[in-house]
Amino acid sequence: MAQPQPNSAHEIIESPEFKKLVSKRWSVSLVLTLIMLAVYIGFLLVVAFSKESLAAKISPNLTWAIPIGLGIILFAWILTGIYVFWANNNYDEAVQELKNKVLNS
Amino acid sequence: MLHHTLLLQATTTTTASTLGTANPISILMFFLFVAVTMYITYWAAKKTKTGSEFYAAGRSISGFQNGLALAGDYMSAASFLGIAGMVATKGYDGLIYSIGFLVGWPLIMFLIAEPLRNLGKYTFADVVAYRLRQRPIRIVSSIGSLLTISFYLIAQMVGAGGLIQTLFGLPYEVAVVVVGFVMTAYVLFGGMLATTWVQIIKAVLLLSGATVLVLLSLAKFGFSPANLFSSVTQQYGDAMLAPGGFISNPWDALSLGLALMLGTAGLPHILMRFYTVPDAKAARKSVFVATGFIGYFYLLTFLIGFAAMALVGKPTIEGIDKGGNMAALLLAEQTGGTAFLGFIAAVAFATILAVVAGLTLSGASSISHDLYVHVVKQGVSDEKGEIKVAKRATIALGILSILLGLVFKGQNVAFMVGLAFSIAASANFPALLMSIVWKKFTTQGAVWSILTGAVLSLVLIVLSPTIWVDILHNEEAIFPLKNPALVSMSSAFLVGIVVSLLQPEKSAALKFESEKLRTYLGVGAE
Repeated sequence: MAQPQPNSAHEIIESPEFKKLVSKRWSVSLVLTLIMLAVYIGFLLVVAFSKESLAAKISPNLTWAIPIGLGIILFAWILTGIYVFWANNNYDEAVQELKNKVLNS
Repeated sequence: MLHHTLLLQATTTTTASTLGTANPISILMFFLFVAVTMYITYWAAKKTKTGSEFYAAGRSISGFQNGLALAGDYMSAASFLGIAGMVATKGYDGLIYSIGFLVGWPLIMFLIAEPLRNLGKYTFADVVAYRLRQRPIRIVSSIGSLLTISFYLIAQMVGAGGLIQTLFGLPYEVAVVVVGFVMTAYVLFGGMLATTWVQIIKAVLLLSGATVLVLLSLAKFGFSPANLFSSVTQQYGDAMLAPGGFISNPWDALSLGLALMLGTAGLPHILMRFYTVPDAKAARKSVFVATGFIGYFYLLTFLIGFAAMALVGKPTIEGIDKGGNMAALLLAEQTGGTAFLGFIAAVAFATILAVVAGLTLSGASSISHDLYVHVVKQGVSDEKGEIKVAKRATIALGILSILLGLVFKGQNVAFMVGLAFSIAASANFPALLMSIVWKKFTTQGAVWSILTGAVLSLVLIVLSPTIWVDILHNEEAIFPLKNPALVSMSSAFLVGIVVSLLQPEKSAALKFESEKLRTYLGVGAE
């Protein structure tokens, strides 16, 4: 892979497209991270302070605790899926465009 | 800590089970596994010549394969047997642990995986040191890495000795030596390529074995989980299906939760796997695949635990091992007979081999790549010399892990996994994250952040109820939390930020801008 010229590399870094790309990447990551943290810490707080609500029954042989606990595992996986979907469909394209610019300049 | 609490107090078995006697099927299965993996190692050895091949399998592993291998690295025998056992004896509380172990994965994806893949070469210290001064960063990063790996390794080796003794009737010492030799052979001759395929085979065996175990168990309940839960509540009461005494102090819960969650994102052997794929896109895919398989695995252990509680019964399980670690194996015997028990036991053995191989490889790369090349040789070393050192380090770590396994025989090492996660979350993770996202992060900031995280984790765990009360038998702990991560990790971030702000490093800030092309576009990535 050819090393980009310092000038063009600098231009890319300073370009609005690149800055937008980086800030978009981190807003998506940050939002998803905060959602995950909120769900997990929220769950721990409910476990610590309100065990009864998790022990409440949905049906005679099922407490809320079970679908909520397994639901968090599923939810965590779905979040990673959302990120992959976003990155494959939006991020990679923008990266490819910028990369072509760097390598062709 | 539960994870790997394991097996330590495993006693000889009662007449009800064939556990502890040499089971021909498990011995056959185990030899088959070793034969197949040794053949793979032989094949991999021919393809392992360069540094990139030894440390990173020539970046030839696909996203899906790496996802399976990550899952293989993470699903230890202890989490299989330990979590199933915790559910079997305490009910729902076991799931709370599983959730903590799982939720770190999305964070690896969102914050770490792609920048790590683009910026680094073989170790996570590559990323931290990218725009900082090499020597000091390499020294402290390898301290963080090696501490994490050592504590994890001790827990695995001691667990392995006890487990194999119980399963195969082999003496503890023989078991530890066998594990040490076989895993050293994988790493020494086959490098990352062999280690990766060992992980993949182990992950497939473990996931399919656990799936069959769940199906055999559910068959006894007309394939209805509701019937299973009903049998549990009829025998042991409704309390089994809800959180019990596991979390009583919310600060304890938070501290342990942070250690499990963010420690995952600071485990050197996990981070190293991201260098085995060709690019950031594959790194991303591998986290998605790994999270799916690990999540599925925790669902299985949850059902296995309850099925063991209902079918084998709590008194029998606790009679054989207080921590419940034999629950899954007893269930396998009850539902699938001696042959199936042999299969599951062999899978558990294979699992231990794979996990210790991954740990040893990442320890060896920290010694050769970080310490030898960048500290001893000041960054100028030929590839041959580096691989030679890596191989010597592998042998040394193999011998060391056997010795540690023997020295800690019969000791309570269960806390060591919690400690490993705490150091990973406090020493490795904050410096790694700040080096990726924060322009003003400096060499001094990184050094003091890593040292603060490591030292506080070590000191506070000694003063915590985990060691001070449970092991040293003092009346009251000096530090109140069972896991120190809440304090040690926050301090590591704080120290890193304050030191960086007090003494700016102009060259590091300047380089931050130019490294962006590599971080975000992958331009110039190895």
